[in-house]
Amino acid sequence: MSILIQNGRLIDPVNATDKLADIRIQNGKIAEIAAAKSLNPGPDEELIDATGKWVSPGFIDLHAYLREPGEEYKEDLESGGKAALAGGFTTVVVMPNTHPVIDNAEHVQYILARSRALGLCEFLPAGALSVQRKGKNLAPLAEMQKAGAVCFTDADRAIANGQLMRNAMEYSTDFGMTLFSHAQDEALCSDGHMNEGAASTRLGLRGMPCVAEESIVARDAMLAEYTGAKLHFSHLSAAGSVARVAQAQQAGAAVTAEVGAHHLLLTEEDVDGFDTSAKLNPPLRTEDDRLALIDGIRTGVLCAISSNHAPHNSVEKDVTFASAEFGASGLQTVLPAAIKLVDEHDISPLVALGCLTSGPASILGLESGGLACESTANVTIIDPKENWEFTPERNLSKSTNSPFLGKTLKGRVLKTIAKGKVVFTV
Amino acid sequence: MDAATIYGILATAKGFKEISRRKIKKVPSLRGRTILNVFYENSTRTRVSFELAAKRLSADGVNISASGSAVAKGESLLDMAQTLNAMQADAVIIRHSSSGAPHYLADRISARVINAGDGLHEHPSQALLDIMTIWEKFDELDGLNVAIVGDIAHSRVARSNLIAMKTLGMNVRVAGPATLIPRELAAVYGCEVCDSVSQAVEGADVVMALRLQKERMNSGLLPSLREYSVEYGINAKLLKTTGDNAILMHPGPVNRGVELSADIVDGQRSVILDQVENGVAVRCALLYLILGGSQP
Repeated sequence: MSILIQNGRLIDPVNATDKLADIRIQNGKIAEIAAAKSLNPGPDEELIDATGKWVSPGFIDLHAYLREPGEEYKEDLESGGKAALAGGFTTVVVMPNTHPVIDNAEHVQYILARSRALGLCEFLPAGALSVQRKGKNLAPLAEMQKAGAVCFTDADRAIANGQLMRNAMEYSTDFGMTLFSHAQDEALCSDGHMNEGAASTRLGLRGMPCVAEESIVARDAMLAEYTGAKLHFSHLSAAGSVARVAQAQQAGAAVTAEVGAHHLLLTEEDVDGFDTSAKLNPPLRTEDDRLALIDGIRTGVLCAISSNHAPHNSVEKDVTFASAEFGASGLQTVLPAAIKLVDEHDISPLVALGCLTSGPASILGLESGGLACESTANVTIIDPKENWEFTPERNLSKSTNSPFLGKTLKGRVLKTIAKGKVVFTV
Repeated sequence: MDAATIYGILATAKGFKEISRRKIKKVPSLRGRTILNVFYENSTRTRVSFELAAKRLSADGVNISASGSAVAKGESLLDMAQTLNAMQADAVIIRHSSSGAPHYLADRISARVINAGDGLHEHPSQALLDIMTIWEKFDELDGLNVAIVGDIAHSRVARSNLIAMKTLGMNVRVAGPATLIPRELAAVYGCEVCDSVSQAVEGADVVMALRLQKERMNSGLLPSLREYSVEYGINAKLLKTTGDNAILMHPGPVNRGVELSADIVDGQRSVILDQVENGVAVRCALLYLILGGSQP
């Protein structure tokens, strides 16, 4: 099985290349890279004309809720996997807040077994940090790491107890583990449904202030510096959080951070009309926060963009705002966020796509060869200029809670190749 | 809603106030129309006045009251919407503890939806009756000084009044415990946030006190009712610092001795009972304009 991608703009943040090139894929690996239009097609070779398109390493998502096991009515690894491939993702880190919780080796192995059996994108399990995500006792981190967990987090629950977080960090240093932090002071957010600010005042909805995130970012960053642990902040949303992460990085702490695609494109104003698909945790905040997050990418403080794909059924979302669950689906609408950074915010394609490829890979310590000979052929082909409507027919998730459903976005994934096979075509 | 619309509604309300003082308090304007009151929260004033309004307009009014505990997580609001559609209601008047519930219904039912108070968000008919009451006492609303005192953060009455008063050019000052005043209030509504109740009330033409709910103590927002009444309660002494013809308002029910001292509730300046009477008139006007007469 041989594929020749012709005349595309090869943008590989892993190897820092941005050039026009031909790429040949054989037997699941990148076999040859040469000057554009220079490779002659072989017999029976599948040809992909990538003129005017970008050719990127397959995207890596650090944060998706795929609801399996236990809530398959909303999503499962199969539907989630198909949505991921349509979004250009060949690797997805799945969150452990399932039923049962992924807090032991057997459950980690379940996810990996399903990943192999489905043969869609690669699913990497995040293990819970505390037993049953209760925030009291450490889960068997080493056992889960041996079974294949790539990072540890209680997913959408913050670690309220500073002592537990400290212990988790110290324990993790022996094993080179990466901890993901959902930084939030839940007491400060009690009964809050959106960002605390002008929009929440107007809409009469209780708010979740920025300081609820920033204060825990500060705590965890300081603990990371103190313990020497590798800490990654999931889905930051506030300007102050970016500043604190920058400070910690300058002090030499092994701290990284990401932003969710929704937070790069939307603000608290998008909640207007009580739209529950804009009800997120952390919440969409002000335009100033959004611009600070974009700036964080520009300066390299933030090195990843995640999907935060949180599918919910109409039972959870077709209700009044205060009653609705938090979360929006998002695997298929991440690329437009990266394209927007390039088009409107003066960020290079290498940096923007780096947030979907090299950044996440380095956070997880994954050996990603990028688009180099002999590396696994995970490739995403992009049309950076195409405007496309995210129609219900194109939505591959089981859930429809996307704030972009029915909207037109710029930047489209045309083909996704996983392990040398075309697994998605538009 | 612009100023012209507000004045239009109030002019209509004035006519209905007159009708409500006749011996036969009825006009046939909405005969044969079906109006459903769907109240998910307790209410005396609002529900009764909407009920009376429907009856005075000869409509068929029915009350549906869904107690809070029976409504788990709001999913029955969707069921309610589907039931209402099936009943061919012409108008649905909804009070609900969730901000945005009327909008939720309006997106799903064919009847006209009227907001009788949604969560912390708005209570438009209350603001209209409040403005009507003020307008009865003061000819010119533009430039009038108003003080709104109390738990603004949890008050849909305050929010609706702030919107209406800004539209009509009134100067609004707000005072209350800092834990109960949203940080963005001045920016969103163009009002002035005062450091103390006395500062807000001094020279005011209208003093509006808001009801304090006892839950606020349990949420750690306030130490005690006593401290609230001492620091933020309106009393006769404070009223003496207001403008010459100043009036005292409250949406009701009043916690006597907490937000208002007992003596002033029934005192000379109080127009609290006028507010109640005007409530029926305003709600008649709203039903008439939305269902029967011309669009506001």
